[in-house]
Amino acid sequence: MINISEVFETTNMIEHENLDVRTVTMGISLFDCISTDVDETCRRIADKIRRCASGLAPTAEHIASEFGIPIINKRISVTPISLVGASCCKSASDYVKICKTLDSVAAEVGVNFLGGFSAIVSKGMTESDRLLIESIPEALASTDIVCASVNVGSTKNGINMDAVKLMGETVKKAAELTADRQCIACAKLVVLCNAPDDNPFMAGAFLGVTQPDAVINVGVSGPGVVLSSLRKCRGESFQVLCDTIKKTAFKITRVGQMVAQEAASRLGVPFGIIDLSLAPTPAIGDSVADIIEAMGIEKCGAPGTTAALALLNDQVKKGGVMASSYVGGLSGAFIPVSEDAGMISAAQCGALSIEKLEAMTCVCSVGLDMIAISGSTTAATISGIIADEAAIGMVNQKTTAVRIIPVVGKDVGDSIELGGLLGTAPIMNVNPYGCEEFISRGGSIPAPIHSFKN
Amino acid sequence: MEKTIITVVGKDVTGIIAKSSTYLYEHNINILDIAQTIVQGIFNMMMVVDTSAMDLSFDELVLGLDELARKIGVDVRCQREEIFNMMHRI
Repeated sequence: MINISEVFETTNMIEHENLDVRTVTMGISLFDCISTDVDETCRRIADKIRRCASGLAPTAEHIASEFGIPIINKRISVTPISLVGASCCKSASDYVKICKTLDSVAAEVGVNFLGGFSAIVSKGMTESDRLLIESIPEALASTDIVCASVNVGSTKNGINMDAVKLMGETVKKAAELTADRQCIACAKLVVLCNAPDDNPFMAGAFLGVTQPDAVINVGVSGPGVVLSSLRKCRGESFQVLCDTIKKTAFKITRVGQMVAQEAASRLGVPFGIIDLSLAPTPAIGDSVADIIEAMGIEKCGAPGTTAALALLNDQVKKGGVMASSYVGGLSGAFIPVSEDAGMISAAQCGALSIEKLEAMTCVCSVGLDMIAISGSTTAATISGIIADEAAIGMVNQKTTAVRIIPVVGKDVGDSIELGGLLGTAPIMNVNPYGCEEFISRGGSIPAPIHSFKN
Repeated sequence: MEKTIITVVGKDVTGIIAKSSTYLYEHNINILDIAQTIVQGIFNMMMVVDTSAMDLSFDELVLGLDELARKIGVDVRCQREEIFNMMHRI
């Protein structure tokens, strides 16, 4: 039988170390909603989401209450809308209509976010993909909880530089349309390379074409738990450090596995994957940057940071895989600047630059995430940042992403308050030299030589 | 059997066990095991109880224990046993 110290270890993690399940995300396929009329498609989408997901939020609440573990977000991911809308959307405004339908039905079923207003264009764009991308700024500006993503590259296909160019312009336009609301549309838009099919985390969640009709994917959390266990092994060797992270990651992931199994069985939907990501929040002590600093780096961003993050990421995976039957999604440490109190502080004091963050993305699970830059940054420079990240993902056969906010009317030294889990973003300095000519060439970067494995 | 773990944390005062076990008895909840420690003056107690025959829903039990906790002046949580087994047993 379980003993008192184990019981109090668990309750202490929940009460004092911010242990929670970050998200229970239901993937819903919308392929059976395709029709040739946009209003009919919207109606079918709303019906399907209501039918599948109306029990999601209450079920997650019950599980949270019975097991005493907070479940922070209940979310939905859907089939990329550029596929669902291909036969009925004749203009960008048709896509905006679908986006509004998704927004209202997601609010109706009580979820926090819905992801999948997406296009996958790593090799090329269909007319439907192009229209969806064109609609993104208005679609995100006129809705609250829908997230958009565009996959512009993959190790197998190379990088679609036409899409990269278009996304630089799209990010700028999304910021301008929501200039009066802290450019919030950009926080709901991510540009990916090697996007996974089963990611439960926003803004990049969508349900890939390889997935079943409905599925439950769960994202765990727990930087605070890892941090507090690392504080107990100050001065110890790397071996002790690694073992401590692995053991802690195992415990965190087991909670996610339990919640996923319960949610799947109660909702009558198959369990998909656990995403092993360490997802920080702006709460003090729930920070990936603090973990890096607890390992002995004076300030996140200092030399040694990339190695510390690589170690953390690897040990989280090694501890986590044994705790769950199926692991997937992004699985690694997240480094969203605005959502992590330690990252915010490191960026504010100048320890952390975009260039260092770019290096860190080579060894962790996502990319340049929730970074605010000056509104005067050109679309071509944003495309250049996206291309750099996509190249890292393509060559290293990993997911990378860019979620960047060019804040209209703000410059280095200012910051924006996004509120809630999105946190506070200091405006970071961007290299002032341009890349216009490179971005404007047209066409795509071919797949790297090591993608030819057959 | 549906095992639930009830934990009580707070300043040590008289009647914590008496009041909580009375509440559990009133709702047909059987106590299977009790363990307690005092760490730095803070009272820590764990009860393993069987909730299969209780006359409440789990949500009502959570609310009822919350109210009791406020009256005694301690923190009380109740969680199904599986979360602890999952976390601490391979």
